[in-house]
Amino acid sequence: MTAQPLSFDPYNLIITGVGGQGNVLASRLLGRMLVVQDYYVTIGETFGASQRGGSVMSHLRISTRRAWSPQIPHGRAHMVIAIEPSEAFRVLAVYGNPEVQLIWNTRPIHPVSVITGQAVYPSLEEIAQGLNELSARNWRLEATAQAQIMGNPILGNIMMVGALSAVSDLPLGPEIFEKAIAEMMPPAKVPINLEAFAWGRTAIT
Amino acid sequence: MSIVSTGAKGQTALLMGNDAIARGALEAGVRVVAGYPGTPSSEIIQTLANVATDHGLYVEWSANEKVGLEVAAAGSFSQLRSMAVMKQVGVNVASDFLLHLAEYGTRAGFVLVTCEDPGGLSSTNEGDSRHYAKMMEFPLVEPGNFQEAKDMAAWSFELSEKIRNVVMFRSVTRMSHASGNVVLGELSPHLTGPGSSKARFQFDGDMMDQMEGPVVTFPGTVDVMHRRQLEKLEMAREIFETSPFNTYTGPDRPELLIITSSAAYLYSQEAIALLGLEKRVGLLKLGTTWPLPPRLLAKHLKASEKIFIIEEGMPFLEDNVKALWTELGPEAGTKPFFGRKLGPLPPTNELNPDRVALGLAEILGLPAPLPDPAYRERANELAKSHAPFRAMTFCPGCPHRASYWLMNSALKQDNRDGFVCGDIGCYTMGVIGCGFNTLKTSHAMGSGTGVASGFGKLNRFGFDQPVMAVSGDSTFFHAVMPALVNAVHNQADMILVVMDNSGTAMTGFQPHPGTLTDAGGGALPALNIARICEAMGVKVVIADPFEMAATEKTLLDLLDEPGGVRVLILRQACALSPSKKGKRQFDMTVDELACLAEDCGCNRLCTRIFGCPGLIWDPKAKKTRIDEVICVGCGVCAAICPTGAISRKEVA
Repeated sequence: MTAQPLSFDPYNLIITGVGGQGNVLASRLLGRMLVVQDYYVTIGETFGASQRGGSVMSHLRISTRRAWSPQIPHGRAHMVIAIEPSEAFRVLAVYGNPEVQLIWNTRPIHPVSVITGQAVYPSLEEIAQGLNELSARNWRLEATAQAQIMGNPILGNIMMVGALSAVSDLPLGPEIFEKAIAEMMPPAKVPINLEAFAWGRTAIT
Repeated sequence: MSIVSTGAKGQTALLMGNDAIARGALEAGVRVVAGYPGTPSSEIIQTLANVATDHGLYVEWSANEKVGLEVAAAGSFSQLRSMAVMKQVGVNVASDFLLHLAEYGTRAGFVLVTCEDPGGLSSTNEGDSRHYAKMMEFPLVEPGNFQEAKDMAAWSFELSEKIRNVVMFRSVTRMSHASGNVVLGELSPHLTGPGSSKARFQFDGDMMDQMEGPVVTFPGTVDVMHRRQLEKLEMAREIFETSPFNTYTGPDRPELLIITSSAAYLYSQEAIALLGLEKRVGLLKLGTTWPLPPRLLAKHLKASEKIFIIEEGMPFLEDNVKALWTELGPEAGTKPFFGRKLGPLPPTNELNPDRVALGLAEILGLPAPLPDPAYRERANELAKSHAPFRAMTFCPGCPHRASYWLMNSALKQDNRDGFVCGDIGCYTMGVIGCGFNTLKTSHAMGSGTGVASGFGKLNRFGFDQPVMAVSGDSTFFHAVMPALVNAVHNQADMILVVMDNSGTAMTGFQPHPGTLTDAGGGALPALNIARICEAMGVKVVIADPFEMAATEKTLLDLLDEPGGVRVLILRQACALSPSKKGKRQFDMTVDELACLAEDCGCNRLCTRIFGCPGLIWDPKAKKTRIDEVICVGCGVCAAICPTGAISRKEVA
């Protein structure tokens, strides 16, 4: 099999959120779905003590040609997935550009600076307006709310992956997803993840 | 079972650098693996521990890195390929043994893997262990991509056997914790080492017979052994002259030659592509960075007028390449060298494609490849107003938050300017706001107790502040025990608080000598911290940090006790521990009528000071709420609220 050409090569994707939201799992899942289709995938991420409750970010470089650096050069992201909305701004300030696209989850996780009252968390309207300004196109998802209905807020990350599969030209169809998730999860957890993926795919359109 | 152990030869897998290293070791037929957890190294041992039974390995989380290196060395001495794994600071701990090990040499292939953390992403320093290879005279190799992480890990065992000495294999965070495509090789059949089916330690030969004599370093043999060691280094240097892991891409006579290694190779490739310099700039990637191969370097150095050395860490390569260049004599002439020491690269912090591209553009007088300035300015403005600062913090339900709350409160009530000395673990965050800035010293593993032991002897100089130290349970075994022995024997006036959360939490919950399992989950006896302390003759009190009122009183009583060492063990499992994860003990609720918030005498103690991420402060409604997505139901905030507005209900 030969990898199909991409709209951008390398295609630069960033997944951001807060430690504990399933960033790493989402990036590895996407990587797995693409490597089996003969793409070169490089994933850069940081995890460890400094990420506890802190901002986290995974960089994915997807290419038909070769391995790229695990860090995307500044201003060169093509797509940003923000599992936590305010984190989108932190990422766009460094990696954004006028053409960037964005998928964002509406559910905030308040940083300690907001809990203590030293800082204020922006309203949903302010967030939406700011993200409109900073992206060529963006899609919002009430992923955490739906994930809570489905029984576990962590499913939000899989919903975001489902949404990505619907709006990007990356080959991330349901069959590829099902195969990858079955390899990564115990069988009992597969159906709920399929459901989350399908919800993300339809919710975005 | 992961692809690391099941993947077939020729298959392409997406592997994290650490898993690629583990796979390389399996392809080389490693048999004994030991080390101590530390980000970004921990996954290597964990991955191998998970497949140890299937592949007939012995994998151990050792008490500390020095012991880990010694345990692995015994494997090599007994004709088993062996590996020790640690992070950069661990090499310091292991370094005393390492000096002796390298002087005598090894038998079956022996690799020391060090995973380092330029930029201190998960460390308190930017330690660069490559200097040990030069200082202690053994070879150093560094993979430049994920494929090489696997291939060079496997090859390092062969190299070690060729020269009969330890080989240092150095990775960095952006290699160890990044992932990429790796084409797998063949797993080794279950060998017990070169030419032998049974582990056996030979010691009957002559003292200088490296394969059959006693393995000793000894005053009378220093000169002759040191010479033998240098011959091994010379052999490595010759092998490196033609190593396929040293590669060159670019024109025959480049305008500028980049010499690079490790993850900086990936950044250099990216920077060349960003600036479109493929025809002007040459890229010499060194996989073997000590000893440097002089003929290979001379050839490339002579072919270019400018040299740019790009590396992760201190200017190690930069200094050594320049030294080698001067050794070539007058015929080499002079030429400008660029790097971290002479600029334009920053002397500190990790590199990335942008830092390298900026440096490259500066040297060649090109415009910097900067993103759209108008966009960037606006995005920065919005990030400032819309992305409130997110400091690192203890997890919701973390026992350390409660423990520091209690220590802080007890020291304030005691009112004698007492303070706490700390060290390395999640509990290092006691330095910052989430730990109420309780820690006033913090250095290496176990240093809290050692430093407190010193403070505890200053009373003859008029020192009258109460001194406390904190230690994690894994750190207790790693480095606190000798410091505690010192404090007890010298009768230091101090309180040691062992914050026992039942595992090596910070690095992913590895077992340690105080837990009941081995690295692969098998049963082992646990050593009891309280009984160890008691055997040293110390008074020990055990308490639960979640029982806040009782434990605070215990702390105050201990502070009131006269002189000598007192130990308090605060026992409560980590919120992420396998025994707790996903299980909620209490459902937490806030009674909105009872919560007086800013009008309360406490002035929002729960959100303003305690600051657990599971709480929400609603500034419009002026009420505290529980974030049901984040809260894990530890119940501690209910104990803090003075009006009883926060209540806990046991989950059925």
